[in-house]
Amino acid sequence: MNLFDKLDSEFLREVGDISRFTGRFFREASKPKQEWEEFINQCYWIGYKTLTLVGITAFIMGLVLTIQSRPTLVEFGAVSLLPSMVSVSLVREIAPVITALICAGKIGSGIGAELGSMRVTEQIDAMEVSGTNPFKYLVVTRVMASMLMVPLLSCLAIAISLYGGYLGVNIRGNVSWHLYWFQAYGALNYGDFIPSLVKTFFFGFAIGIVGCYKGYNSQKGTEGVGRSATTAVIVASLIVFILDLIAVQITDILGLT
Amino acid sequence: MEPIKPIIEVKHLNKSFGSNHVLRDFSMSVTPGENLVILGKSGSGKSVLIKCIINLMPPDSGEIIVLGQDVGELDQDQMDLLRADVGFLFQSNALYDSMTVRQNLEFPLRRHWSKQERALHAESAVLEALEDVGLSHTINMMPAELSGGMRKRIALARTLILKPKIILYDEPTTGLDPITAREISELILQVQEKYQATAIIISHDMNCIRMTSDRVIMLIDGKNYISDTYENLQLVSDPKVREFFD
Repeated sequence: MNLFDKLDSEFLREVGDISRFTGRFFREASKPKQEWEEFINQCYWIGYKTLTLVGITAFIMGLVLTIQSRPTLVEFGAVSLLPSMVSVSLVREIAPVITALICAGKIGSGIGAELGSMRVTEQIDAMEVSGTNPFKYLVVTRVMASMLMVPLLSCLAIAISLYGGYLGVNIRGNVSWHLYWFQAYGALNYGDFIPSLVKTFFFGFAIGIVGCYKGYNSQKGTEGVGRSATTAVIVASLIVFILDLIAVQITDILGLT
Repeated sequence: MEPIKPIIEVKHLNKSFGSNHVLRDFSMSVTPGENLVILGKSGSGKSVLIKCIINLMPPDSGEIIVLGQDVGELDQDQMDLLRADVGFLFQSNALYDSMTVRQNLEFPLRRHWSKQERALHAESAVLEALEDVGLSHTINMMPAELSGGMRKRIALARTLILKPKIILYDEPTTGLDPITAREISELILQVQEKYQATAIIISHDMNCIRMTSDRVIMLIDGKNYISDTYENLQLVSDPKVREFFD
């Protein structure tokens, strides 16, 4: 078997395994008796603990995008369009994708490392022996929390980045708060908000499921835990971009752009 | 007189990992109240055997009867109910890092006790289990704050909280200093006396085996090679057996 065949078979096996894992998630999630307490706990860890990082990044993102866009618009005499252009870019694309990438890094690696270390120290087996379904307790709660919190974080990132944009506009200009918001929101419609929100829901699902899959199936001791955390980030980030590409195509076909 | 019915029966068990045949046509039975030790070299399949008994690992073939129930035939809910009667002490202790000692001990109660029962009796059950292992003062501590021996005791307390009829010990003294190892062996005996539980102890610590065993099965080449008391096995001249005693 040459190297390409080997890579192909490993890749296909991985795709098969993650598909089965995803199928099990839906089966377990649809059964009654959910672990609500753990779900709320995970919402706190995933949402609240990522809030500062997402907030700071979103603010800088909005500020930098505005500052860098200004010279080009000045060149074309269209500087008055700056709030509109920034708001459309942030809402449609930049805020959701950057939030998802931050979450892929923080949440994906966190879940991968946590479940990986639980696997190698037999904590997942202990859970099973005690009569608790570890898949439901650990995986379903984390994926669902991620599906809920990534869209919320993305909404927050949009709001903060738009505020960053307002400050960016006023570094060289003099635009009132009222006028900025009027222009920024005037350029937006439901076709910008809804696809953006829907795709972050899928981003959250992908980040949660990849982190859980890598951690839950971690092997080879502490080395395996590190590998699970790293590959969870890489794979989740890649999937975020692929999903974004698909989302853009779908919104384009549906005429929402 | 009617023969005593075994509490655990393993019949013609086979388990392989790729080309590595760990268990080959392994059979054994355990009578109620017995302390059975499984002795074998590292990697001989001792841990695999008890993980098959509790269905953490499915065997390739063979039959396992625990408390009169065929483990391979049980669905998830029936298996969970059976697991309430079978405690498992993991080699790595497997305490939940993110939980306090109290939460670790309460965790098995979530599935097997109602909310009302937990509200009324969880506190006293936790304290009783901790008193059994002599560590009541650690109730609000995190596992990271405990020594190796203390973690082993807490793991045993978590096993005891449901008052199991069978306890499976996976190398309970491995990685402990000789004094702590002796204390754990004494604790196993105390637990057996108090709870009248049947025990399968996986070990290659000869002191622990001498102290705790009613009977020893030697797992060699994946088979039940010989089964007898520790004292009788010491007298066997077979070189494969002697390796463990010399």
